Amino acid sequence: MNGGNMKTRIRQSVVVMTCASLLALPVWSNADPKSGYEYLQQDSKDMQDDDFMNPGMAAVEAGAALFAKPGKNGKSCASCHGDSGEKMDPASIAKYPVFDKKLGKPVTLQQRIHMCSTGQLGNAPMEYDSKHALELEAFVRNLARGEKVNVQTGGDMKPYWEKGKQIYHTRAGQLDMSCNLCHDNYPGMKIRANTLSQGQSNGYPAYRLKNGKINGLHSRFNGCFKQFRAEKLPPGNDDYVALEVYVNSRGNGLIIETPGIRF
Amino acid sequence: MKKIPCIAAVLCFAWTMPAAAGDTYCEWTADNLAINEPLCGLAGDPARGRVLAYERKKGNCLACHTMPIPEEQFHGNIGPNLAGVGSRYSAGQLRLRLVDMKLINPMTLMPGFYKNPQDLHRVMANFQGKTPLSAQEIEDVVVYLETLK
Repeated sequence: MNGGNMKTRIRQSVVVMTCASLLALPVWSNADPKSGYEYLQQDSKDMQDDDFMNPGMAAVEAGAALFAKPGKNGKSCASCHGDSGEKMDPASIAKYPVFDKKLGKPVTLQQRIHMCSTGQLGNAPMEYDSKHALELEAFVRNLARGEKVNVQTGGDMKPYWEKGKQIYHTRAGQLDMSCNLCHDNYPGMKIRANTLSQGQSNGYPAYRLKNGKINGLHSRFNGCFKQFRAEKLPPGNDDYVALEVYVNSRGNGLIIETPGIRF
Repeated sequence: MKKIPCIAAVLCFAWTMPAAAGDTYCEWTADNLAINEPLCGLAGDPARGRVLAYERKKGNCLACHTMPIPEEQFHGNIGPNLAGVGSRYSAGQLRLRLVDMKLINPMTLMPGFYKNPQDLHRVMANFQGKTPLSAQEIEDVVVYLETLK
């Protein structure tokens, strides 16, 4: 047998093995989303379930105070949306990120809050995922606690959803990993002491036991990218907005839990 | 979509790496699902390899694999248990798995510990142009894994 034939045979066997290994992967199905709550230990679940024990509620309360605080021009969020935000529709909050026709692109719930704060209240801009911005977002999303996540993925949102999906599946960093490799293929399995979850966002902004504070979703993305040894992106950038569209939509049908307890 | 990784595996197979990917990056050749020559011709040390296997900032094999390293707690269970791996694979087969497992399984979660850094995407600034493990460290881990009979 000459070397060329041998190589061809080996190549064919590689193709067969590769395709077989793809079929054997335990791929998570989109039809079965599972909240990060399901992967918590019982004491952490108890902490989330009791508003008096849930440390994330401190951020919600701080957000309520900011919601009522007059901005530079004398108006507050409450001036339009009601003292406790009762004029906002929880079902609409559950749809974020939504397509903004004026901007011609999707906006996240936090971006909407930034737009109101600078536009309607005349405040100086806040940084994305800064403390006050997260407290306001936690307060507003908490109003929709119990609603089902309901992100639009078709129509105007389609290209942004596709872009987010692509980022989710693109390997990055020195360790050459992508989101789907852990969160689609191995939820429930262990990385050292940590249990991998599906990476659902329905608890965000969430109180993380790891750092003892309320965390934004984009900062959480950066946490994973840091693990890959990939460059971080500034929270609020277009790529992370698209990734939020995709990640939130993966959890369509899950119940909003903000403020969730996560590790 | 599933066809693309299959094609990539064919292209990558028996692929000789370019020689000049930085001063310290050594050329290697994968043949018959193995890298039979030690990287840069270096000899490994199994004692150092064992430490590299659990050090979190180095190999951190324990993150995903259960290993016969009883003094360390919390072994992961994503990858196969590595007890006895030295009986299942030759040094060359182990070396290819450490260097770039994606040449065997394109969907693997396992990082390429000696993959050409030029083939990576969006690498954090302080890791750019570097491999997760050096050639010496790969050789250390290879000889350590060979002791797991």
